[in-house]
Amino acid sequence: MSKSSLKQTLKDLEAKKISIRELNQDYLKRIKENENLNVFIHFSEDNVLKQIENLENDNSAKKLKGIPIAIKDLFCTKSMPTTAASKILENFNPTYESFVTQKLLDEGSIFVGKTNLDEFAMGSATNTSFFGNTINPLSKENEPLAPGGSSGGSAAAVAADLCLGATGTDTGGSIRQPASFCGVVGIKPTYGLCSRWGIAAFASSLDQAGIFSHNVEDASILLQSIAGFDQRDSTSAKVDIPNYFENLDDDLNGKTVGIPKEYSIDGTPMEISQIWEEAIKVLEKKGVKIKNISLPHTKYALPTYYIIAPAEASSNLARYDGVKYGFRSDEINSLDEMYENTRAQGFGREVKRRILIGTYVLSAGYYDAYYLKAQKVRKLIADDFNRAFKECDFIVTPTAPSAAFPLNEKQNDPIKMYLNDVFTVPASLAGLPGISIPFGKDKNNLPLGIQILGKHFDEQQVFNAAVSLERSYE
Amino acid sequence: MKIDKNTINKIARLSRIKLDDKESEDYINDLNSILDWVEQLNEVNTENVEPLSNISSSILPKREDVSNDSNSIEEILENAPDKLEGFFAVPKVVE
Repeated sequence: MSKSSLKQTLKDLEAKKISIRELNQDYLKRIKENENLNVFIHFSEDNVLKQIENLENDNSAKKLKGIPIAIKDLFCTKSMPTTAASKILENFNPTYESFVTQKLLDEGSIFVGKTNLDEFAMGSATNTSFFGNTINPLSKENEPLAPGGSSGGSAAAVAADLCLGATGTDTGGSIRQPASFCGVVGIKPTYGLCSRWGIAAFASSLDQAGIFSHNVEDASILLQSIAGFDQRDSTSAKVDIPNYFENLDDDLNGKTVGIPKEYSIDGTPMEISQIWEEAIKVLEKKGVKIKNISLPHTKYALPTYYIIAPAEASSNLARYDGVKYGFRSDEINSLDEMYENTRAQGFGREVKRRILIGTYVLSAGYYDAYYLKAQKVRKLIADDFNRAFKECDFIVTPTAPSAAFPLNEKQNDPIKMYLNDVFTVPASLAGLPGISIPFGKDKNNLPLGIQILGKHFDEQQVFNAAVSLERSYE
Repeated sequence: MKIDKNTINKIARLSRIKLDDKESEDYINDLNSILDWVEQLNEVNTENVEPLSNISSSILPKREDVSNDSNSIEEILENAPDKLEGFFAVPKVVE
C-alpha cells in the first residue's frame, strides 16, 4: 500500500493539484470505512467539515494548512471532548487547548478525531481503554493484533492512512513501541522539548509529546511544529528549535554509532537480532564507525520505571475525585464515600493497580526502600548514557522485543506486559530523544522496528540517522 | 508476603479507591508479584548516588511578575458534576 506523504501533499496543495476539501474528504471516506478498527474515541464528520470550511475562508499562508492530523485523546482540545480513554473523564469537555494542539491549529492543520489509547496512557497494547481495544490495521482477518500502546490509536490511524500524521505521548515507550507494531515512524523527543501543558498527566518526570508519521521527513516537519518553550510547563526547555526538515542530511560518513551489548537479551526472537545486525551493516557501508558500548544498568531500567511511573501516577491521578470535573458516582452518602466510589467505578483495573502500587512505594516506611532507591538507580542509568555518548553520536537498538502480538495475549500477567518496554524505557528514564522506524519484517510479514537514540536535544542527529537508514531500506 | 489483606486495605484507603473482596484478593497477588520483581534493584550498589528526580537540563526560567486573568469561574466550573452559586458542590460534611 503506497501512502501519500505529508511533504508531497503540501506540494500538491500548493500547486492546487488537490483542494483542502478533496484531500480531507478522501480521509473522511477511509475513516468511515475503517470504523471496525476502533481507532477513534471521538470522530465527528461535521466537525471536520466545519474546519475545512474555516480554512477555505482563510487566506493566510499556513505551514500545515489543510493537513489531516489525528490527536491522541490525552491532549486537551476545545473543539472535541477529551477522555484519556477513561470512564472518569467520559464527559470532559476542556475549556482550553493543549500547547501542542494549539501549535498544530495555528499552522492550519485539521483535526480528524481523537485517537484511542490505554487508559491514562497506562499500557502497551491499547487494551486498557474504557472504549475498547484498537485493532492493528495490519491484522489478518481471523487474528486481530494489538497495535501496541499506549498511543495505539494514533499509530493505527497513520498505518491505516486515516491521517497524514498523529500526535502521541511517550512515558516509557508509548510512541516508539506502537510505531514499531504498526509499521510507521514514531518519535519521542527529548524530555522538555514539547510543552506538556494540556496533556493529562501520567508520570510527569517522564511524559513527553511526540509524533507519528508515514516517514522520517514528515516526522521532522511535524516535530518542528509542536516543539517550543512554554512558560506554563516548568520543565519546558528554552532551546532553539532547528528546522529539522531543511537540515536533514543522510550523509553519516565519519559518525560513530554505539551498539549497546546489554540490548542482546535472551529470548529475543532471531528475526529481531537479524534486523538489528542488518541495520548495523547498512550503517557500516555508509562510513559509520561501529562502536560497541556498554550500558551496564540496562536490566534495572524496567523495575526502576515501574516504581517511578506508578508513584508519580498515584499523585497525578489524585485530582480525579468527582468534584471538579468528570464522572461522579451516584452512591454518595458522605464525602469520603463519594471519593472512594467515584474512583472505584471511574478507573479501570490497570490504572487502579498502578495507583495502588504507587501509593505503596510512596507510603511511610517504604519510600526509601522503593522510591528513593529507584531514583538512585535512575541516576546510574542516565550516567550510563552520558558516558556512552562521549564515544558515539547516536545509538541503535531494536524498538521492541517482538512484532505485534494477538490482542488477547498477555492480558493477565502485568509483568509480561511490562516487558514490552524493555528497549524503550531506559532512554525515557534518561530523558533522551528516540525514534522508531520500520525496518524489516518477521516470518509472518509483520513489521519490526529499529530504534535510534540521540543526545539531549540532538533530534537532528536522530532524524539524520533515521532518514539514512530509511532511504537505504526502501 | 509484603502485601496482606491489612496492607491492601490501608493502601486502598489512602488512594480513596473502594475495593471489594475479590478485587482485594487480585491486587494482593498482583502487587506482591510486582514488588518481588522490582526488588532486583537491591542488587545495585547505590551508596553515595544522588537520587535523580528531574531529568530536565534546563534551569527553571523566571517570568515577569505580572498578573493575568486566564481563569474564569464559569470556565472552571463548566465540567463540575455539581455546582452551587459559583462553587463546587459536594455531599454535606458537617451535621
